[in-house]
Amino acid sequence: MAELLKIKREFEEFQKEYCCRNREAEENREKENQAATQIQSWFRGCKVRAYLSHLHKKAIIIQKIWRGFTARAHVRQMVKAAYFIMKMNFYEEMAVRIQRRWRGFFVRKHIHNFYARKKYMEGLVMKNELVRRELDQLEELQKRERDCLDMVKEHTAKVYQAQRLHHLLSTKQRGSPMRRMSLLNQQSRCPGVFNSPFRPAPHEMELLLRQVKYQAPTRLASRGKACLLGIPSSTSSSFPATLGSPLIKTSRTYSSRPILPPIGNKKQQGLSREAGEAWEQRLHCRELMLCLQTSYMHLEETQNQLRQLEPVRLRETGSTPYHLSHGSNSFPHPAHTGKSFR
Amino acid sequence: MSQRHVVQVFEQYQKARMQFVQTVADLANRPQNIELLQNAGVMSLLCPLMLDVVPSIQHTAALALGRLADNSEDLAEAVVKEDILPQLAHSLASQNRFYKKAAAFVLRAVAKHSPELSQAVVACRGVDALVLCLEEFDPGVKEAAAWALGNIARHNAALSQSVVDAGAVPLLVLSLLEPEMALKRIAASTLSDISKHTPELAQTVVDTGAIAHLAQMILSPDTKLKRQVFAALTQISKHSVSLAEMVIEAEIFPAAMSCLRDPDEYVKKNVVTLMREVVKHTPELAQVIVNCGGLEAVIDYLGNCHGNVRLPGIMMLGYVAAHSESLAMAVIVSKGVPQLALCLSEESEDHIKAATVWSVGQIGHHTPEHAKAVATANLLPKILELYMNASSSEDLQTKSKKALKSVLQKCTYLPSLEPLLYEAPSNILKHVVCQFSKVLPHDSRARRLFVTSGGLKKVQEIEAEPGSPLQEYINAINGCFPEEIVRYYSPGYSEALLERLDDYQPA
Repeated sequence: MAELLKIKREFEEFQKEYCCRNREAEENREKENQAATQIQSWFRGCKVRAYLSHLHKKAIIIQKIWRGFTARAHVRQMVKAAYFIMKMNFYEEMAVRIQRRWRGFFVRKHIHNFYARKKYMEGLVMKNELVRRELDQLEELQKRERDCLDMVKEHTAKVYQAQRLHHLLSTKQRGSPMRRMSLLNQQSRCPGVFNSPFRPAPHEMELLLRQVKYQAPTRLASRGKACLLGIPSSTSSSFPATLGSPLIKTSRTYSSRPILPPIGNKKQQGLSREAGEAWEQRLHCRELMLCLQTSYMHLEETQNQLRQLEPVRLRETGSTPYHLSHGSNSFPHPAHTGKSFR
Repeated sequence: MSQRHVVQVFEQYQKARMQFVQTVADLANRPQNIELLQNAGVMSLLCPLMLDVVPSIQHTAALALGRLADNSEDLAEAVVKEDILPQLAHSLASQNRFYKKAAAFVLRAVAKHSPELSQAVVACRGVDALVLCLEEFDPGVKEAAAWALGNIARHNAALSQSVVDAGAVPLLVLSLLEPEMALKRIAASTLSDISKHTPELAQTVVDTGAIAHLAQMILSPDTKLKRQVFAALTQISKHSVSLAEMVIEAEIFPAAMSCLRDPDEYVKKNVVTLMREVVKHTPELAQVIVNCGGLEAVIDYLGNCHGNVRLPGIMMLGYVAAHSESLAMAVIVSKGVPQLALCLSEESEDHIKAATVWSVGQIGHHTPEHAKAVATANLLPKILELYMNASSSEDLQTKSKKALKSVLQKCTYLPSLEPLLYEAPSNILKHVVCQFSKVLPHDSRARRLFVTSGGLKKVQEIEAEPGSPLQEYINAINGCFPEEIVRYYSPGYSEALLERLDDYQPA
């Protein structure tokens, strides 16, 4: 019995225990459920996390490899490009050097030669100097010529004066003609207009008067200096004087008239002909006579001829005037000096 | 008996007429008598005397008429009105040479006053009659006819054309070959009057071979002939390049320069005018003249003469320099710039100064070398002064401004630019400052000089609108210097420093 009681008590305790435990289990079911859920969820999470991390790592590896690959390709490309650019820069620089040299050469040779220009400027300076000196010399020469001419003019004027005032030569009246020889010796001390006894030496006019031979005054203007005789010309100019005597003005001045050659032996000039041959020719063939002025009325006759030709000539303004005025050149000019209109 | 009386009456009348005409001719020589003669009605009395039976009365009457018409335009018009001209032209063909000379003298005197009177001479067929006279043998007649034709052709192109159409030009060229000096002179002067109007007329003159003959006469000793010859060559060459080239081909140039030392002023002036007209056309022609030393001769000429005659020389230098920079350098090398500076300071007339300023501008505008040559001759302040001077003419001011601008744009010679900083107005100042801003960044010595000479101070004082080119240049200049120096020289800096002193608390 005791055992039974014990078993009963145990059974009751067991039942109580069982109830208690069921009750506890029921009470703890929620909690335990939740705990189990939590554990499971956490475990699942771990699982997933491990899986994800595994995936990550694999993905990282793949991406790492891929990026390395791409970057290396990129770098290779960049290196190629950089190399190419370096080459091109080098080429370009060399090309620039070549072009620089070439352009310098070309411009210097064909377009603009600096040294030639420099030489040209220097040459120009020298040439200028030369020209200036030459012009100075020319000017000097011309001035001297002009002074010469002026002096010659003055001199001839004075000589002409002396000729006109010849009567003022100082002489002394002496009775007997036999003493005339001694007159010349004593002339220097004869009182006269230009020979005052108070002067130490005679006036230059006096000297001129003594030297000049008396000439009757001529009507025509003396064209050349050679006409005036017996004058000591200290300034012997080689140019012919283009002056007449100062009192007769000519309306035309002639340029460089040559001095006539002296009348020496009569040499045959031109074709040698008999005396009357030219005259006969003129009588027989008038048209051939182009250059002889033989008749006094030649001028008027030719004008009449021209007037007859006039209506023909007025229609054509052409070549005939040349021919006629060419012929006029060979006519000597009339000696009569016409009245000037100026 | 009665016959002798009758004859005596006629002789007395003839003597009276002759005396009247000769006295009138002598009186007409003096200009103060002209008025009195005109009032006394001399014209109506002389006209019938021109138709007189006696030839010597005819030509003395013509001579008197010519002298009267020469001295007064009214009388010339009266001559035209009285219808004497057709009759003169008609009788020109028939009479003796004294009458022809007198008639040509009348035509010349009438034609000289105005184009209308010349037109009247042309209308009465005077030109044809004069051309007939040119074919005469007597050189006096030719001279009178040529002079009359010259007076007609002088006025305008249409009258010249009528002279040329009458066939005068070949005859004139032939008269150039005559030995008489006066005839040569007049022929040359007429050719120059004809060719001065248009290129076609000049071409007509050249086609008859005038240039060769004119070129031969360059070295003749007669002064007036040389004047006319050079004037004729000038008028021919001024029209076109081909004409100028033909004149140069006649090889006058080294020889013509000897005439630049002639004692006569007008010969020299005409030679220089010829050189100017030739040089104007192309650089090659200018090169020809420069190569035979023409520049030196012209510069000497400028040195020796004064006044208005300098103008062609100055313009010649300008034209030479305008063509290319090597020619401008040639002008500089021949010492043209100091001479031009002298001209600028000596001359007082505005048009000469304007020409000088223009020439200087042409010389200086090519490269910095040229601008430096101009600047070292101290010309820039002078030109600036001319520009600023209110009494200069407008033409002078415009030319000074242009020249100044063109030279300044190439000038890198700083010492000469500095005076301009102080005086120039803003439109010129802009260029000056621009040049400084170009040069200063590269040259340290110039910067130092700029600071010590007070240029930087002046630049700071310039007021400019922000954004304008002037302000940009000023900024560029300020950028060349350290900031402290710029601040030191900026206006009002001392006041700013003093203000800072007021606020300063010693520690």
